[in-house]
Amino acid sequence: MKTPAPDIFRFSAVLSVAALALTGCGGADDAASADEEAGDDGAAAPEASGELSVWVDSDRADVLAEAAADFEADTGITVNLVQQDFAEVRDQFVSQVPTGEGPDIAVGAHDWLGVLVTNGVVAPVELGDAAEDFEDVAIEAWTYDGQVYGVPYSIENIALLRNADLVNEAPGSFDEMIELGETSGATYPFLVGLDAQTADPYHLYPFQMSFGAPVFGQNSDGSYNAEELTIGNEGGIEFAEWLADQGEAGTLSTNIDGDLARENFIDGESPFLLTGPWNVPAAEEAGINLAVDPIPAAGEEDAQPFAGVQGFFLSAQSENTLAATTFLVDYVGSPEIQQSLYEVGGRAPALTEAFDAAMADDEIVAGFGAVGAEAVPMPAIPEMGAVWDYWGASQAAIINGEGDPAQLWEQMAEDIAEATE
Amino acid sequence: MADGSTTSRPVRETSRRRARRQKQASTLIEATSSGWKLMLFKIVVLSLLCATAVYAALVLFMIERWLVGSLVIIGAAALTWIYLKRGVLPAKYLAPGLVFLLIFQIFVVLYSGYVAFTNYGTGHNSTKDHAIQAIMLQSQDRVPDSPTYQVSVLEEAGELLTTDQLYLAVVSADDEILIGSAEQPLEPTDQATVEDGRVVAAEGFEVLEFHQLLERQTEITDLSVAISEDPNDGYLRTQDGQRAYVYTSRYIYDEAADTMTSSETGTVYRDTGEGAFIAEDGDQLLPGWRINVGMDNFVRAVTEESIRGPLIYVTLWTFAFAFLSVATTFALGLFLAMVFNDKRMTSRKYYRLVMILPYAFPGFLSALVWAGMMNQEFGFLNNVLFGGAAIPWLTDPWLAKISILIVNLWLGFPYMFLVCTGALQSIPEELSEAAQVDGAKPFQAFRSIKLPLLLTALAPLLISSFAFNFNNFNLVYMLTGGGPRDVSAGVSVGSTDILISMVYKVAFVGAQADYGLASAFSILIFIIVGTISVVAFRRTKALEELN
Repeated sequence: MKTPAPDIFRFSAVLSVAALALTGCGGADDAASADEEAGDDGAAAPEASGELSVWVDSDRADVLAEAAADFEADTGITVNLVQQDFAEVRDQFVSQVPTGEGPDIAVGAHDWLGVLVTNGVVAPVELGDAAEDFEDVAIEAWTYDGQVYGVPYSIENIALLRNADLVNEAPGSFDEMIELGETSGATYPFLVGLDAQTADPYHLYPFQMSFGAPVFGQNSDGSYNAEELTIGNEGGIEFAEWLADQGEAGTLSTNIDGDLARENFIDGESPFLLTGPWNVPAAEEAGINLAVDPIPAAGEEDAQPFAGVQGFFLSAQSENTLAATTFLVDYVGSPEIQQSLYEVGGRAPALTEAFDAAMADDEIVAGFGAVGAEAVPMPAIPEMGAVWDYWGASQAAIINGEGDPAQLWEQMAEDIAEATE
Repeated sequence: MADGSTTSRPVRETSRRRARRQKQASTLIEATSSGWKLMLFKIVVLSLLCATAVYAALVLFMIERWLVGSLVIIGAAALTWIYLKRGVLPAKYLAPGLVFLLIFQIFVVLYSGYVAFTNYGTGHNSTKDHAIQAIMLQSQDRVPDSPTYQVSVLEEAGELLTTDQLYLAVVSADDEILIGSAEQPLEPTDQATVEDGRVVAAEGFEVLEFHQLLERQTEITDLSVAISEDPNDGYLRTQDGQRAYVYTSRYIYDEAADTMTSSETGTVYRDTGEGAFIAEDGDQLLPGWRINVGMDNFVRAVTEESIRGPLIYVTLWTFAFAFLSVATTFALGLFLAMVFNDKRMTSRKYYRLVMILPYAFPGFLSALVWAGMMNQEFGFLNNVLFGGAAIPWLTDPWLAKISILIVNLWLGFPYMFLVCTGALQSIPEELSEAAQVDGAKPFQAFRSIKLPLLLTALAPLLISSFAFNFNNFNLVYMLTGGGPRDVSAGVSVGSTDILISMVYKVAFVGAQADYGLASAFSILIFIIVGTISVVAFRRTKALEELN
């Protein structure tokens, strides 16, 4: 997910799902037929019969159909693909699994894990030695509370898009980037989309990281420790002051939202745009000579962005765990399927073998992938909603010069600590 | 006044027209109800309905949804009865509407009412059994650096003395073949054949093939085989029947005592009736489960710190917002309706058409477009209308309130314009003429004759408009998102948040989703809006009697 999910959809989804679940019209016959099949004792049959139900979004449905066909040919188990809107999957899954009408497997983003695990609807998947075949950040992202909960397939993160016709070298630091941007003669030296009310902690995170202020401390296995809030440390204060300076200098403006930033970049009004792969097609269509650079640091340390890792996960109420795990680990996790998933999604694959192939294949993906391999996973704790909320509002206030940056930042750290308790 | 003759004419006319229409309707019904075609149509539709209902009910009974299944049967039976019985004409007309009302309104209301008394939300999503199962699944830690075992699943062979017990067979690092079951820890054996690191045959056992594994999936994935007599060494489990790993469990569930015990610290978590396993120091294990909590949610709605602080402020603004929205849209709508109702105005039809346009666009879209137009630096308002001024339309606490009222005026006046035009046209022109003859000035005539008549007709609409704006979530969410916020205040509520958007934030954006609390809030809001509406309707009744 590129930004914290819009909750209004969640709100309405929950209501409608609750209504459907109780009236019992949501695919009741599927569940019944699956039960029959499971009870059916076909010991004499040469091959197994059975069904798996998988929720997948429309983009990935065709690739999964390939994997499903292979799986059926090898094992005799039919895989029923049910198309769902990606953004709806999380809440549908949470409300459907307890009713017994959820799928065995669903597609999703790793930052849903907090909610899925706290609701007890997702089961761990033991990847075993296969875990080493994936990029580290992908496995770290899908690890929650010491357990791996899914088979990742793609890594999504932001990087610096550069209009190579305006500036022909990658900047080494934030200040250098602004300098390059200014000498290029474009209207804006650098663009990043910020919301007037909530700024954008996700897009600004690499700069925050470069001041050495991650939001939470990390455990040795890469997972976040929500009890160790590091956002309010000295680096955080420095970052807040930097934000206020940039706001005053006009290099960051909350009046330029994501759409305006993209439009201006496409029109050649700025040589740099900090964004994710979702804006690449529009820029390519407009004929911009694109280059993807690492994000320049504003502070002393590396400017690591958040990574969102997509994957497939297993229902805690699945009655076909054995078949589902086999399908996940041996089919979805296979290089061919990972490669196909990369071809439809355009995001760097999570499996190292496919990742390396993609890096050699496409410069844009290689640019994002190189940044993504160094990225830190987006925290997945269920309280993130509250964290984004305080974080964004305070950033907007600081950029707009509404008070002492250090004081506002400390207040925010306190509010977040209270919300995540 | 000489209104006796002026008003009685239309009244008589309409009553005559109504009688004619009634006669037409009754002949139509007679003509059709006796026709065999209609009867056939009825039978076909009803049998389709009953067939579907019986099928649905069977499916529901099979998955043990007794209540919903019986309701489907009762509903179908009732519909069949209504449409096959002669007479019961009102029911024939009302039944389809009632069905939808039941499903989409009554059910949702009752369900929200039910949820308000539970702890439903993140971490309390399902039953206790599911919660225990989930905790057990989540708390299995693979022993660090332990190897991956190629596992085979076995069952006892031979016609006699066989049980369905399943065994796991693995080859250890020092090439020892180990077999064990749920009741018997792994033990070495030499009566087995190994190929490629996997046991393919064993004396006295039959190795299960993949399709046999699939038939006993739940048994296999639930099977834990202890590594040794010492439970702390961990146990072997397999998720796919091919590979097994050694796990230890962080929590041990004691079924008899209904407690969870941490195997690291020895802390005992008990079910204390709060919907989760809770330790003595208050630490709770999630997931928990759904329980009834009585009035707890209502108590929290008024006592919880994060809500109580801004509650009064938000309530006041909600009332102001709803009242001002109705007042401004009504004033503008009425004014325009009067202007375009004047016969001297030429091409009124076209103007009216244009007036309705804001109403024809989806409100969601309009709010977003307005948000763009109100951008401080690039917005149309500041750039074009105000010549490049930097007016903070949406980021100043007071201006944001005014902006939201302006946008709501834009969205809401066409409705008021429509209803006012309708109401104005139903007031006979003779009334104002008579007033003018009596020497009243135009404004006076409007104020004391037309306005009271209008208000009597429109009061119910104004009340419903108030109720609608009281819960106008879309506009607030799309335009300002409730902001701007005073970030130094430490609450997540902004200066344009109304009650419903605050509830949304507290229950969904804030730490964790809490549907119970949100439902309780909706009920409280319903009570507020309901009370105001009832009182207001009472007063309009009094108004009618005055006239």
